[in-house]
Amino acid sequence: MIDWLDQTLWMPFTDFGFMRRALIAGFALSISAGPVGVLLLLRRMSLMGDALSHAVLPGAAIGYLVAGLSLWAMGIGGLVAGLLVAMMAGFTSRRSRLREDASFAGFYLISLAGGVMIVSLRGSSIDLLHVLFGTILAIDANTLYLIAGISSVTLLVLAVIYRPLVMECFDPEFLRTVKGRGGWAHHAFLLLVVLNLIAGFQSLGTLMAVGMMMLPALVARLWTSALGSMMLLSVLVGCAASLIGLVVSFNAGVASGPAIVLSAGAFYLISLVISPGGLLGRQHR
Amino acid sequence: MSEALVTLDNLTVKRGGRAVLSGIHGCFERGSMTAIMGANGAGKSTLLKSVMGLLPSAQGRVIRTPHDLDIAYLPQQAAIDHSFPVSVGEVVAMGAWQRVGGFGALKQREWRRQVAEALARVGFDDISKRSIGALSTGQFQRVLFARLLLQNAEMVLLDEPFAGVDAATTRDLLALVCEWHQQGRTIVAVLHDINQVVRHFPATLLLAGRQIAWGNSEEVLSTEHLQQALGMSGSAEQSEGSRL
Repeated sequence: MIDWLDQTLWMPFTDFGFMRRALIAGFALSISAGPVGVLLLLRRMSLMGDALSHAVLPGAAIGYLVAGLSLWAMGIGGLVAGLLVAMMAGFTSRRSRLREDASFAGFYLISLAGGVMIVSLRGSSIDLLHVLFGTILAIDANTLYLIAGISSVTLLVLAVIYRPLVMECFDPEFLRTVKGRGGWAHHAFLLLVVLNLIAGFQSLGTLMAVGMMMLPALVARLWTSALGSMMLLSVLVGCAASLIGLVVSFNAGVASGPAIVLSAGAFYLISLVISPGGLLGRQHR
Repeated sequence: MSEALVTLDNLTVKRGGRAVLSGIHGCFERGSMTAIMGANGAGKSTLLKSVMGLLPSAQGRVIRTPHDLDIAYLPQQAAIDHSFPVSVGEVVAMGAWQRVGGFGALKQREWRRQVAEALARVGFDDISKRSIGALSTGQFQRVLFARLLLQNAEMVLLDEPFAGVDAATTRDLLALVCEWHQQGRTIVAVLHDINQVVRHFPATLLLAGRQIAWGNSEEVLSTEHLQQALGMSGSAEQSEGSRL
């Protein structure tokens, strides 16, 4: 039994560097994406995270066209594309009849189709799969530094803007009455969302990057009603999902990205049933 | 003659392209206590938001004296998400925003003391760690009043402060409002209970999309004015006993 556990749980990480790097990338991603996901959830922007994750695709694809599978070219391209879509969606929602979610839907669908078309112009279906689904097992030291860097910057910025961000989220009218400016905190937060999606798409791909953001956040929301605890729990769930997903992927020979997101999904489904805020709980409103 | 703290100079406010409030003219004097009354859709909340600067004026203007007049505002409860995961203490501490801002240091011991004192003033033992989701409507309103206490503003605007609140809470919070008035603060409150207004609020502004009357409460709340207010508001709501 101990041998089996050793072979299944321990050996993949002691014997293979790519597994260790994948695990550290998963942990780093979870540490920042979890709190960002919690705040997206509380701002009722869960689906906007999904829209933004698709929006980075054309930028990443142009980066790929210009410089091949370059970490920085695809990352910067994705960042620019994500921010452009966020700004255009915000602008059109203020100046037209469309609400922000509808504006996001319009722009992200255009971005997604545009991105796939750009990749198909020069790349193979394997390249397209890399962009769409990531390759966490192929993470090298540079990618790891990028993910860890984004994670560190996210935590620092969140710590700085935490008070106005939470207040703008909870009672925006009050913030305006005390001459507090929540607008810039909102924009800084959107930048963090896009940055974390860039980190996520290097490992999980554009389609699943948002999974590590939202699923741990949903689990945390079901279990606790305190913001600090929610953020901490989302990080723990993300880390646990990364570990379990990689172990399952290694031993069952299945794709690692979906295995990680499905592990987080399993936490969500179980929590949905047994948690205090879930279907059988009594604390939901 | 009393000093005008906020003057409404022929104020007109539009929402969705339609004027919901037009031609409001008068002033809230320093230390006054004014009720704003009218049927649903009469523009009461719109008026408060205009005074706060939350809504722009389509015509006319709101003149605050001084320009940076310190005003605290209690919104309607429905405007706040009660399921948001913050504690009572965190909500009350928001009242210190103008002193500490978004980044200023909050000395833990000092703000805990201030929060505990404010909660005690609204009739609570220290419940600062309790989640706001666990509070009843009346308890949550007390917490919002504790936040107003921390704001310590010269002028206080209250939008339906006693709506959906039990009688004991209404009594306690009304006593607190009267105490603020005695301290010289300027109070403006949107209310529906005519008896409560006549008993506690010396001045009343009666609205029906425009100004029906503004002045001494007993004179403003005459049968003729109330009929005008109900007839002009376009609302199906009718006066039920002592409520408007």
